[in-house]
Amino acid sequence: MTARIGVVTFPGSLDDRDSRRAIRLAGAEPVALWHKDKDLKQVDAVVLCGGFSYGDYLRVGAIARFSPVMDTIIDQAKAGLPVLGICNGFQILTEAHLLPGAMLGNDHLHFICRDQKLRVENADTAWTTDYTAGQEIHIPLKNMDGRYVADDYTLDELEAEGRVAFRYVDFNPNGSLRDIAGITNEAGNVVGLMPHPEHAVEPLIGTGRTDGLPFFTSILKKLVNA
Amino acid sequence: MARVVVDVMLKPEILDPQGQAVQRALPRLGFDGISDVRQGKRFELEVDGPVDEAALARIHDLAESFLANTVIEDFTVRVEEVAEAVK
Repeated sequence: MTARIGVVTFPGSLDDRDSRRAIRLAGAEPVALWHKDKDLKQVDAVVLCGGFSYGDYLRVGAIARFSPVMDTIIDQAKAGLPVLGICNGFQILTEAHLLPGAMLGNDHLHFICRDQKLRVENADTAWTTDYTAGQEIHIPLKNMDGRYVADDYTLDELEAEGRVAFRYVDFNPNGSLRDIAGITNEAGNVVGLMPHPEHAVEPLIGTGRTDGLPFFTSILKKLVNA
Repeated sequence: MARVVVDVMLKPEILDPQGQAVQRALPRLGFDGISDVRQGKRFELEVDGPVDEAALARIHDLAESFLANTVIEDFTVRVEEVAEAVK
């Protein structure tokens, strides 16, 4: 018996297949979820993947946030369902107010695609227990709207509570405040980040490292031991 | 039919690189004396029926929950008089 992890496909999602592949390589069972279905098919956790859901119209993640599947995900995430938002998925989580702050266009106004060095600041979330706090990892980053913003009060609160889960190291690629690459909610079940761990799970592709795989093994261990 | 206009602007403290790029292009185009540009969004809503207090309240809710993200943006709602002569 392994864990079942859902991956939502919205119109415009790009990385749903890569995310399902990463889940499978970690040893869990990937389950395809559809944006129009309220039903989560009894999955144990959900990944909101990268892409340009609904064409990024209005604001990134703004329309996806109101899709039928998100109604269920928002309710269940508040009740403890583990949810990982990657890139566009992170943007959807901020629009849904499951995570504080908001995402805006990169400060240099260009799309960026690079291998990015990150520091794991919080290794206690549902998605990061297979890392150690302070560990530095390389995973791909590719986005247009990666600038994390929040007011000073929120930023101070995130820092004080250890909820800055990932920080950019050596180079801030998009103007994110306080070099924030990813954050977690208070309970640690909802995590969002801009870089793409699902693209760094096999030595053959991506950064040539498997630094992204622990996201998926972390959640699998948590669910199987639960 | 009446038109309601919702203007959405980034909050003053939020960096607007698009507006800055526009502002930086102005001297090159011969427009001097403009010290700052900020770029926003304008929504024109064509409303069926009367634009009474209840309709405006609903549009305010729509703007607050959907058209604007109040974490980063401010918005205003106003009724626009559509000049009959133009029609």
